[in-house]
Amino acid sequence: MSNSKIRKAALAVVLGGAFACGATAVFAAGVPVNARVPSKDVKLDATLGRAATPDEIKAWNIDVRPDFQGLPPGQGSVAQGTKLWEAKCASCHGDFADSNAVFPPIVGAYQATKQDIKTGRVAKLADINDGATTIEKLSTVSTLFDYIHRAMPWNMPDSLTWDETYALVAYLLNLANVVPSNFVLTRDNVQQVQDMLPNRNGMIWNHGMWPGKEIGNGGIPDTHNTDCMKNCAPAPKITSFIPEYALNNNGNLADQYRQWGPIRGMETESKEEQEKKAKEKAAAANSPGAKVVALLKEKGCIACHSLGDNKLVGPGYKEVAAKYGGKKDMVAELTTRIIKGGSGVWGSIPMPPQSISEDDAKMIAQWIVDGAKQ
Amino acid sequence: MSDFTKKLGRLRKAPENFLSAEQIAQVQGGRRDFLRKAFLTASATMAAGGAANVYAADRKDWDGDKGSKLILDKPEWGTTLGRGVDEPPYGMPSKYEKDLVRRISPGLAAVTQANVAFAPLQGMFGIVTPSGLHFNRSHQGWYDINPEDFRFMVMGEGKLIKNPKVYTVGDIMRMQPVSRFHFIECGANSAMEWGNVALPTVQYTHGMVSCSEFTGVPLIDILEDCGADLNGVRFIMAEGADGSHENRTIPMSLVLSGEVLVAYGQNGEMLRPENGYPLRLVVPGVEGVSNIKYLRRIKLGTQPFATKDETVGYVDLMPDGRLRQYTSVMEVKSVITSPSGGQVLLDKGLYNVTGLAWSGRGKIKRVDVSFDGGVNWQPARLEGPIHNKSFTRFNIPWVWKGQVAFLQSRAIDETGMVQPTYAELRKIRGTRSVYHNNAIQTWQVEENGDVRNVQLENS
Repeated sequence: MSNSKIRKAALAVVLGGAFACGATAVFAAGVPVNARVPSKDVKLDATLGRAATPDEIKAWNIDVRPDFQGLPPGQGSVAQGTKLWEAKCASCHGDFADSNAVFPPIVGAYQATKQDIKTGRVAKLADINDGATTIEKLSTVSTLFDYIHRAMPWNMPDSLTWDETYALVAYLLNLANVVPSNFVLTRDNVQQVQDMLPNRNGMIWNHGMWPGKEIGNGGIPDTHNTDCMKNCAPAPKITSFIPEYALNNNGNLADQYRQWGPIRGMETESKEEQEKKAKEKAAAANSPGAKVVALLKEKGCIACHSLGDNKLVGPGYKEVAAKYGGKKDMVAELTTRIIKGGSGVWGSIPMPPQSISEDDAKMIAQWIVDGAKQ
Repeated sequence: MSDFTKKLGRLRKAPENFLSAEQIAQVQGGRRDFLRKAFLTASATMAAGGAANVYAADRKDWDGDKGSKLILDKPEWGTTLGRGVDEPPYGMPSKYEKDLVRRISPGLAAVTQANVAFAPLQGMFGIVTPSGLHFNRSHQGWYDINPEDFRFMVMGEGKLIKNPKVYTVGDIMRMQPVSRFHFIECGANSAMEWGNVALPTVQYTHGMVSCSEFTGVPLIDILEDCGADLNGVRFIMAEGADGSHENRTIPMSLVLSGEVLVAYGQNGEMLRPENGYPLRLVVPGVEGVSNIKYLRRIKLGTQPFATKDETVGYVDLMPDGRLRQYTSVMEVKSVITSPSGGQVLLDKGLYNVTGLAWSGRGKIKRVDVSFDGGVNWQPARLEGPIHNKSFTRFNIPWVWKGQVAFLQSRAIDETGMVQPTYAELRKIRGTRSVYHNNAIQTWQVEENGDVRNVQLENS
């Protein structure tokens, strides 16, 4: 079929034919409302955009397909991956990709069994009492390559080389007991690794939730409720509700709806608690640190640095203040480090340069030296 | 007016709302016992069911028996000059609406850049989500990108495309646009509720869905402009320009139908930065994550791409331990947005029960509402026009007599699919599949007017 025939056929299917007819009855009696007039049929004799150059296509064509189309030649060992992991990944994901602190665990405690590797099904996924880690669900190794290379590390996406990506994939597969610790992953053996992936046969495509014929059963739903109107069910019996003590988990609900009218939000926080919070908020707004804290939030600094003394990707501000507190001579140095970035002081993960004015950077530096008070 | 407590109705708000100025002065003077007595009397009145239909909030403004001072006296807004027409140049909601904002649910994620801000569905009307309240899901934070520096590329495998092209935003805006209402729902909307009730209000149980009028160019027009081989293309990958470079396999059938848009407009203005400014993909009816924000690349292909968010995320774990992959369509769903969880009805009497229905398979045909937990149902009134793969607003009047009630809504779409119960969903999919929870929601109205999120055995 020609392109225009394909499109008209698809339109006829989706829109019951009405629009396809509209599109062919061009302009004779005015244009029907909502008629789609394909630009191709209008013969505007003008094109838009410009040709993409080979270099441009190469720069953005970064996806890796399940059959590894798109994966450049390269290699990386488990040992190299271990070093890279500690430097660039461990602060968020934990030393053994088992942390749940910032993101869900990637490997967790999972160790591929011989049976899993043989069947290509992670047996424990059927355990109703068990969670599923990333590596347990993974059915295609290509996904690790594609994602790590395009989006990691979290605060410096798209910065890893392909060899580094090979090494990190090798490290994760070793943690999950899929490859041995002396393994070197290469473009040539990656398909063999895919053939050992514990959950490679764990996916179901035969379902009704893909819109089209390419995948699935053509859109047949798996639930079949009826539109019964009278005496459809026994009298209601509550099986689940939120206990009183947990009602305030999302904050005082009265403050999340209009304060007027016949329906209000529920008071889930005591008056005393609310007044205490209001006082703290007012005090914080008037404190000299408030402006800096607002700036840190606006600039996204708190993605990597907590306001406390706990480490996220980088040290918490209280931690930094503990080191430099009172050292007035450090203001200029810290200002420079905020603007230009740096590494080595707090671990091996470098802080990238920040787009921030010198005045703002100096204000933050001064605030740190003054004790990082909120 | 001497025994005002007998006319208090069901009002249970702060004391100043049902005490006169004189009585408040007494309270402030230390007569706390009086306050407690007033509460007790009010409760007794409520329990006896003798509440008159008078808002105490009105009473504090009364001038003896003459009537409300709000009417008898002249207000500031009627007796002084208001503000200039260009102040502010971009209008904002009334300060009295300040509490209806997007909110994060604590504990869902450790960092704000990989998180979701839920839309306050409990306070909205009609079908359009104000752009500033559209739910925001990001994987690596949002950016405000200068459109002059933004490029969009269409390319593909081998011979699938004659002319791989680069477009500016301006190029796209020179093509023939369409404007359509579509919902966008995150595949994980209502995910926390699969096993049991977990969240207090509709903002958190259902707030990962929003609806806008999007303006953009059908992707198929752009593919034709590039000389795409529509016979050969079987799958398309869309990719974002931001740090996550989010990528997803897009159903070719939807592209061919003309429904998939490369959009720049949202509710009459440009997309908001949080929602993908200056270009995003709109793929009506499928998981929100496929509606790629900051759209930088379309790739034509012959195989699905097995991206991160269709292999280890957005896959549905079944009871047998297998995962449904490429579950894209958001099936028929509805929810009553008011009265809803975490709210309090202050009085008996007439209410408008209102909510939203939507389906990724087409138009909404009917919405039924039950007040007795799914035993009996009655059709609600749908607000038209009813759009394809869009929010549809429903309303139904209800007189609350102070009894315990279980409010539910049940949508039916044009394919005839009826929104399922939790019992049905769990029978087939268990409780761990995270995504695609389109179960009927139950709100329990208690005798004191509190509205609670509950789940029932029979539904």
